[in-house]
Amino acid sequence: MEELKKKVKQALEEGKIHGFLGLKADEGDISPFFMTKDNIAELEKLTAPDGRYSLGKILSRIAAQNPGKAIGVMVRGCDERAIIELTKASQLGTASTVQFGVACTPQTAEKCNCPQPYPSTIDFGEKAKSVNHGELLTKLEQMSVEDRLAYWMAQFDKCIKCYGCRNICPVCYCQECTLEDKNLVPGGIVPPATPVFHFIKAMHMADRCIDCGLCEATCPSNIPLRTIYRHMRKVMQELFDYVPGRAADDKSPLGTLEEGGRLIH
Amino acid sequence: MYLEVMDGKVTGTLPSMNHPISEGSLCIKGWNAHEPVHSQKRLTKPLIRKDGVLTEASWDEAISNVAGELARIRDQYGPNSLAVLTSAKCTNEENYLLMKLTRAVLGTNNIDHCARL
Ligand code: SF4
Ligand code: SF4
Repeated sequence: MEELKKKVKQALEEGKIHGFLGLKADEGDISPFFMTKDNIAELEKLTAPDGRYSLGKILSRIAAQNPGKAIGVMVRGCDERAIIELTKASQLGTASTVQFGVACTPQTAEKCNCPQPYPSTIDFGEKAKSVNHGELLTKLEQMSVEDRLAYWMAQFDKCIKCYGCRNICPVCYCQECTLEDKNLVPGGIVPPATPVFHFIKAMHMADRCIDCGLCEATCPSNIPLRTIYRHMRKVMQELFDYVPGRAADDKSPLGTLEEGGRLIH
Repeated sequence: MYLEVMDGKVTGTLPSMNHPISEGSLCIKGWNAHEPVHSQKRLTKPLIRKDGVLTEASWDEAISNVAGELARIRDQYGPNSLAVLTSAKCTNEENYLLMKLTRAVLGTNNIDHCARL
């Protein structure tokens, strides 16, 4: 960690980055923080804990305030994948990023059920093994369509419409969210209209979800949301060989038209 | 939970992901806790209705006015003529203090919370 702090400090002092976004430990609590040269002492609190936040989402807000500047950001595997998607969707504007890669511990990978617990370049930590528990998805895929729908309807009935799954999602960035469109999701009703509320989100996630699992982690009703999005990812991969978060120059098949067997972007 | 602050302005709310009680979850009120902070509709100064018109007042004047009126109503009509409605925008501790004030000082059990409206 000391090495990483040194690297960040150097980048700040040399003016390579305007500021740095990472996670800090403060009085036993973990939170995101953004700092510049002016409060360099904050860097001492930098940490790579189990706890995590949508750093990509916070980065896009910082980027909007700092056009044209280079922003340093601590990235774990999921942060890197989110930033790839946000870049594809032009959510970082003219700001650029300098990424400081952190590999997660095997414990974090297990806790997150994470298939790729490390970014492409690692500045701190060692690659942990991929984790991939998909028991629920396998079980659901073996059910009849009716049973599967009944399962999800019972889950969706628990929803308290807190919008946490959307708010925490690193790749939910729309200014006007369809989930707040009163024509599709009538207001003032809990649980929200089912299954439309959850399936709108699932459809929107099809070519974006980077499988960080934060939606499920924040859901107060313990709805296994990630399993829906994982299914969407699987379909996208099977049909189009498209995996969100894989590479910045991958183009989403949902934004392309096919003409004479060729994909036009 | 955390409030996100950018250039001195509160811009968002985040759950505390490693909090032992909430475990990274918030309800919709929590997720929107930042919204009233900079609202134009917020009262910034005490106002007293004088001759039907809301008029700016000092804190001292406002507090003694409220205390005086509460005492007057209690003495004239009895403590049960008073009731207090507390707020989800207050902390637990503030709500607790209001409960104490209502029961021990005003002398009534007429206290409820806006979440039960
Ligand atoms: S989802 Fe993967 S990369 Fe992200 S914090 Fe968890 S283990 Fe690390
Ligand atoms: S986080 Fe859970 S309870 Fe909240 S809106 Fe999403 S599915 Fe519903």
